[in-house]
Amino acid sequence: MTAGRRDFLEALPPVHRGWLLGFAHEVTLPAETRIFGEDDVADRFWVLRSGLVALDVHIPGRGPVVVETVADGELLGWSWLFEPYRWHLGARTRSAVHAWEFDAARVRAAMEDQPAAGLALFRTIADQVIGERLRSARTRLLDLYGNDKSHESGVRGAVG
Amino acid sequence: MTVLAPDARPALPPSPYRVVDRGRETSDTATIVLEPVRSALPPFSPGQFAMVFGFGVGDIPLSVSRIEGDRLTHTVRSVGAISTRLASLEPGAPVGVRGPFGTGWDLSAAAGLDLLIVAGGLGLAPLRTLITAALRAPERYGRLNVLVGARSPGDLLYAGQPERWRNAGARVLVTVDRPDDTWRGDVGVVTGLLNRAGFDPDRTVAFLCGPEVMMRATARDLARRGIAPDRIQLSLERTMHCGTGHCGHCQLGPLLLCRDGPVVRWDRAEPLLAVREL
Amino acid sequence: MTVGTPASTVLDKDGLDALIALLAGDGRTVIGPTVRDQAIVLAEITSGAELPYGWGVELEAGHYRLRSRTDGAAFAHSAGPQSWKTYLHPQRERQWTADLTADGDMEVREETSQPPAYAFIGVRPCDLRAIAIQDRVLGGGPHADTRYAARRRQAFVVAVECTEPGATCFCVSMGTGPAVGPGYDLALTEVVDGGGHRFLARAGSAEGEEVLSRLPHVPADEETAGTARRLVEEAAGRMGRTMPEVDLRALMQETLDADRWNDVTARCLTCGNCTMACPTCFCTSVEDVTDLTGEHAERWRRWESCFDVDFTHLSAGPVRASPLSRYRQWLTHKVGTWHDQFDSTGCVGCGRCIVWCPVGIDITEEAHALNAERAAARGAGEVSR
Repeated sequence: MTAGRRDFLEALPPVHRGWLLGFAHEVTLPAETRIFGEDDVADRFWVLRSGLVALDVHIPGRGPVVVETVADGELLGWSWLFEPYRWHLGARTRSAVHAWEFDAARVRAAMEDQPAAGLALFRTIADQVIGERLRSARTRLLDLYGNDKSHESGVRGAVG
Repeated sequence: MTVLAPDARPALPPSPYRVVDRGRETSDTATIVLEPVRSALPPFSPGQFAMVFGFGVGDIPLSVSRIEGDRLTHTVRSVGAISTRLASLEPGAPVGVRGPFGTGWDLSAAAGLDLLIVAGGLGLAPLRTLITAALRAPERYGRLNVLVGARSPGDLLYAGQPERWRNAGARVLVTVDRPDDTWRGDVGVVTGLLNRAGFDPDRTVAFLCGPEVMMRATARDLARRGIAPDRIQLSLERTMHCGTGHCGHCQLGPLLLCRDGPVVRWDRAEPLLAVREL
Repeated sequence: MTVGTPASTVLDKDGLDALIALLAGDGRTVIGPTVRDQAIVLAEITSGAELPYGWGVELEAGHYRLRSRTDGAAFAHSAGPQSWKTYLHPQRERQWTADLTADGDMEVREETSQPPAYAFIGVRPCDLRAIAIQDRVLGGGPHADTRYAARRRQAFVVAVECTEPGATCFCVSMGTGPAVGPGYDLALTEVVDGGGHRFLARAGSAEGEEVLSRLPHVPADEETAGTARRLVEEAAGRMGRTMPEVDLRALMQETLDADRWNDVTARCLTCGNCTMACPTCFCTSVEDVTDLTGEHAERWRRWESCFDVDFTHLSAGPVRASPLSRYRQWLTHKVGTWHDQFDSTGCVGCGRCIVWCPVGIDITEEAHALNAERAAARGAGEVSR
C-alpha cells in the first residue's frame, strides 16, 4: 500500500480488519457485469481490489445513467446495513473486477455479537463511504465547473 | 527625486501580437495561439499570465497554456464581452499582450520528487505548461501523476494530450461529473482519484488549479494524506485590471495576487481562504 | 537638515511670494492651498496672495468648517478635502491608444503627453509621508507606473510643518508629524508673533538649496528657529485623536471576526468617500473606449474604491458582497496588510477619512474599539488608549 492512499480496509483498525476479512471470499467479475440493480435485495457487499464499478440509476428513455464510480480500495455497497436492505442504486462493472465479497447477513450478525468491531466498521463506513460520497455529491451539486456568464476579468477563463 | 525601482520594467502599453491559430476545445472554450508582430515580450514561465487585449473591448488575464518559442497559447472560455471576443478571433486578427505577470509554478521545489497535478475544469490550462516542462526533464523528477476533473466528457480540454502524456510516462486519471453514454471512465469529484494516484506524501509536490472550492477540498485532502502544506501549490484568482500590482483589485488579505500570486502555497493560502469575503 | 543649521534661513511674506513667482517662472505649475467654496482646497496659484492667509478650519467627524483667524497665518489649517494624489495620481488618465491599420494590424501608442512639472506649496508632514507611500506603491515593485514616476520626479515639494493640528489629526500616532520628515525640497515653519510674520526655511535637496539661494532671505536667528521648534513641539501635544498604541497590523489580523465590524457597518454607507479623501488610497479601474469608426481605441484609468460592490468579483459574483467585508477590507488594508504589500502602514494620520465620512465614522475610534474587544476576549483587561 502506498502511504498516500486511504483505502477502506486501511482505515479500519488492524484488529478489526482481520476480523472483517474473516468473512470475505475472493471473487472475480468480468467487465460489463451487472452486480446488482436498483431495489434488489442488498445481501452482499464488496471491497474492490482492482477494477472499476459504475453506480447507476435507471431513467426511462435513457437507460442506466452513471452517477459515480467506485474504484480499487473502496467499499461497494452500504444499503445492506440498513432496513429494508435494498440497493438504492444499481452497480455494473466497467472493467474486470477483483474483489473481496462479504455475506451481509453474516457480517450484520457478527456486528451485533461483537459491538466493538461492529462500531469500528460502522464508523469507517459512515466516514469513508457515506460521508465521503455525501461530500462529493454536495460538491457536485454546486456544479463548480459550470459556467456563469455574468462576469469576467478575473474569471477562471482568465487566470486559469 | 528618483522613485523608480532600479529593476522596474514598464508594463504599458500592450505589445502587438497576432492570432496564428485557433482551435475549439469545447462548446464555449477555444485555444488561441499568438505570435508577436514585431518583438516578443520577455519569456513566460509555467503558471504566469498575460493581460490580453481585444481591440476596443478591453483586456483580461489569461494564463499561458503552452509556451513555444515566442508563441503564446491561451485557452479562453466565453463568459463575457472580452473573453467572447478573444475566443472567436480568427487567424490574422490583432491582439495586444502585456506580461509576463505573476509568480508561476515553483517546479524547482519538486526537483528529485514526484509531481501530483490536480486540475479541475479550465484549471488544466495553466497546468499544461507545467506538465510539458516536467515531461521534458524526466531525469529531474520522479513520477508524474495528473488528475483531471471536468463537468462532462465534452468539457475536457486538449483532446489527445492526456494520451501523449501517458505515452511520455505520466499517469493520467480523468473523471467527470456528468458522463454521457460513451464515457467509460471515472465519474465523481477529482479528489476521488487521489487514492489511485499512488503517491508517497513524503516525496510529492502537488500543483492544483480549478475552482476555489475544489482546490480547498483537494488541498485539505492532500494535507490529511500527509503532504506538507508548503509542498502544495495552488493557482488562485481574483479580479485583475492592471497585472502590475497598482490597481488593488486582486487583493486577498496580504497578497496582491497579480504580484504575489496567482500561484500561492497552501501554508500561505489556507488561513486566507478560510476567512469569508476576505 | 534640521532647524538651526547654517542652511536655515528666514523668509517673510514677500519671500514666500517670491518663491511662488520663481517656481512659476521656472515653468512649474504651482499648486497650493487656497480658499474656494468654503473650504481650503488645493489649486493652481499664481501668487502668495491666493494662500489662505487668516483662515483656519474647524474639524470633527463628518464636519468641516472654515473659520477666520486673527493672526493672519497662511498654514494654520489642517488637511482639506483633497490631497496631492489628485496631481501625482490623477483621477482619470489616458494610458495608451490603439488604432487598427489598413492592413489589419494594431498600432499601439503609449500616452506621450508631457505631464506638468509641479511645485507643491504647503505639503503637510503627513501628506509628505503619503507621497512617499504612494512612491512605493506606484513607483516601486517589478513594474513601475512610469507616468506617476515622471510627475513625481519633476515635482518640487515645499513642505510646511504643522503648528495647528485639527481635532481629527493623529499624525503623532502614525509617526508622520507634526515635524517634517525627509522627502522635501524646501521645508517651512510658519511663525507669527511680535517679531513679525515669517517662515523658517531650510533646504532638503540641492534643488531646494538652489531655489532658496535665489530668494530674498536672511539667515535664521536663534529666536525664530527656537520659536518654530517650540510651536511644532507644542503641536505634537495637541493632537485631536490617537491610534491605540499597539501593533495595528497584528490587531487587524487578530480581529477579522470581531463583533465591532457589525457595529461599524450598521453605520457605513459604503459610499467610498474615505477612499477618495485618503491621500494614500491608490486603487483604480481601467475602461476602454472606442470612437465611432471603431478603429481607434483608448485605455483610460480612473480612481476606484474598494467599497464598490463589483470591485472584486469571480464568475459567481462579488467576492465582498457584504458591506461588512468591504469596510473591513478598507481598514485592515490601510493599517494592516499594507505592511505586507508595501512595507509600511498606509495610514498617515491626516484624519481626512474621519472628516469626510458623511456619517462620521472615525478610523481611530474603530481601531480603539477593535483593540478593546480583543483585550476583552483575551481577558487581559489592558486596553491601550
